[in-house]
Formats: sequence, structure tokens, C-alpha cells
Amino acid sequence: MVASKAESKEPRDSRSDPLRVELERRLQSLADSGARAQPADIAAAVESVMATIEGDLSAVNLKLYAEIEALSRYIESAKAEIADVRPDDIRDEHLPMATDELEAVVGATEHATNQILEAVESIEEVASELDEAKAQKITDAVTVVYESCNFQDITGQRITKVVKALQQIENKVEALLAAFGQEVARERSQRKKVEVSPEDADKALMNGPAAPADEAISQDDIDALLASFD
Amino acid sequence: METTDPPYKEFKAIMAGVDMNMPILVVDDYKTMLRIIRNLLKQLGFNNVDEATDGSVALQKLRDKKYGLVISDWNMEPMSGLELLKEVRADQRLRELPFIMVTAESKSENVVAAKSAGVSNYIIKPFNAATLKTKLTAVVGQF
Repeated sequence: MVASKAESKEPRDSRSDPLRVELERRLQSLADSGARAQPADIAAAVESVMATIEGDLSAVNLKLYAEIEALSRYIESAKAEIADVRPDDIRDEHLPMATDELEAVVGATEHATNQILEAVESIEEVASELDEAKAQKITDAVTVVYESCNFQDITGQRITKVVKALQQIENKVEALLAAFGQEVARERSQRKKVEVSPEDADKALMNGPAAPADEAISQDDIDALLASFD
Repeated sequence: METTDPPYKEFKAIMAGVDMNMPILVVDDYKTMLRIIRNLLKQLGFNNVDEATDGSVALQKLRDKKYGLVISDWNMEPMSGLELLKEVRADQRLRELPFIMVTAESKSENVVAAKSAGVSNYIIKPFNAATLKTKLTAVVGQF
């Protein structure tokens, strides 16, 4: 990107260069004060040295180069931050887990609502065998239960919206990984594994209710496991 | 207090010209919602209730059997309640069929779209039994 002196296409007209003119003027004043070297020779020497250091970079080019360098550092730092966020974990673990949990909520509320409805239908059936006043009282209460069970549909639809939003996020993370995937993976592999403290190990045991896909054990299994310690 | 004695309710409905035995098709992709609406309709005296879980299944049922009323959700796949409504209104044999939309879609543009498509009435979820009765009365007559 930085052209060397040898690669420069045309030698510039150094005599009209304002910098050189200024340099010569200063050197002339030096010469006037008794120096033996010719100002043009000294200027040529200085220019040559400068060209060796900077190539043919103008002040604008130098500024641009500095900006690009800063941008490059910024991208490197952004990559490191992206790696810290662990987008591959978000895609592979957190988002699928969140989706599964939400779907489990929908499933569990649907199951519970059906059981409530079944129980209330039985109560309503019994009510028809009672006298009118009592039957009406029960019917009114049952109606309130039916109305309240609307919640399952509404919460189900809201959760479905959240699941769709999570899928959108997953797509964005996927795109991020497609762009930086290799480098993010490299960043991660360079990090040392953090030692897990006993406190963190205890916290890791708190997972909440098992998702349907998890291998949760039954009460019988738990009883058998406890008995095996005796 | 109004008596809930079924023969009395039926007598009132007959006098008002409402056929309490008319087949009603309830369309919703949530089975719990189908059950709730069926039970509420039963409490109101309508016992002849069929169910469908999306618009396309409902449309097939409507073409196979004569119904007196459709109560449909909006948000369903593959065929939504609005698409079902449009199909019903475009069908020469079904175009006069009373159609109530029961949905959580509560934006005014939804109501306008449903009305433009020819909906008979619109109920917002969650709803109560009184609202259902009021809207049914507005569509099929006093019962």
C-alpha cells in the first residue's frame, strides 16, 4: 500500500515543492552563517532520508494510513468482544434452550388447562342433578373457570411470538458467525479454561424443571437412588 | 333471575326464531379454546357443535355439511381465519353464512380488514360468556 521511492512513477518537481523551498531557505540561512555544504545538497540528502523512512506518503496519505490502522485495531477489538459474547454458545446452547423451555411452558399450560376443563366439566355434569338454585350457582362458577381458561390461548400466542423473535436472533447470530466464525473460534481456543469454584459448581446444579427432551428421572428412580446409599 | 331450564330456553329461542339445534362450526388451532367455546355454547343451549383446527379443514367441513354459524379464530396455519372468511364469502353456497371472528388480533386494521371481508361480528380474546352471548344474539337473533 505504501509506495517506495523506487516504485514511484514520476519524480516530483522538487524545486517547486513548498516544503523543499522552505528547507532550502532555512539551510541557506545556515550556510550564510558559515556552513561549507551547499543548501541544495543538504536538502537533497534530507529528502532522500525522509523518502527512505516514509516512501512517497503525503500528509493526507499519512492521516488516511493512521485512520485505517485505528480502524483495524477497532475491528480486532470488536472481534475479541464478539468472542467474549460467545456467539457459538448462544446459537448452539442458549437460544435452543430458551426455545425448548418456552415450548415446554406452552405444553405444560395446555396440559394443565385441559385437566382443569375436564374436572370442571365433571362438576357441571353433577350440577345438572341438583336443584335449580344450586345448579345455577355451580354453573356460574364453572363459567368463570371457562372464561379464565382463555389465558392458555393468549399466553400461548404471546410465547409463540417470543419464540419467533428468538429465531430471528438466531438467524442474526448465525450471520455473525458466518462472518467471523473462524476467528471467533480461534480467540476462544486461545483462552484458558477457567477453574470452576465450589460455589459455581453448586450453582450449576440449579437448572429448574427438566425440559421434556432432558433425561429427567422419575420419583421411583429417585427413591431407588436414595435407597442405594443405605 | 332468568331461569336456565333447558326446555324454557329452547321455547324462548323457538319463539324468537333461533334454531338451537343448528350445527355450529368452531375453528381454532388451540384445542383448549375449542373446548372452552364448545362448553360456553352448551351453557347457552347450543349443543350441536363441530370443531376444526384450521381454515382449510373448516372450509372442507363447511362444504360437506350445512352449518348455521361459524365461530373462528384468526391466527391459524396454513389457512387463517381471515382467509377462511374470504373463501366463505366467495363461495356461492356459503356466502350468507353468519361468521363470527374470535381472536386476540385487536388492532383496528384487523377489525377493518375482517369487516371488509364480510365478518358478521368480532370478539376479542380473552372474552367472557356474556360477550359471547351478546354477539351471538346480534348475529343469529334473540335466544
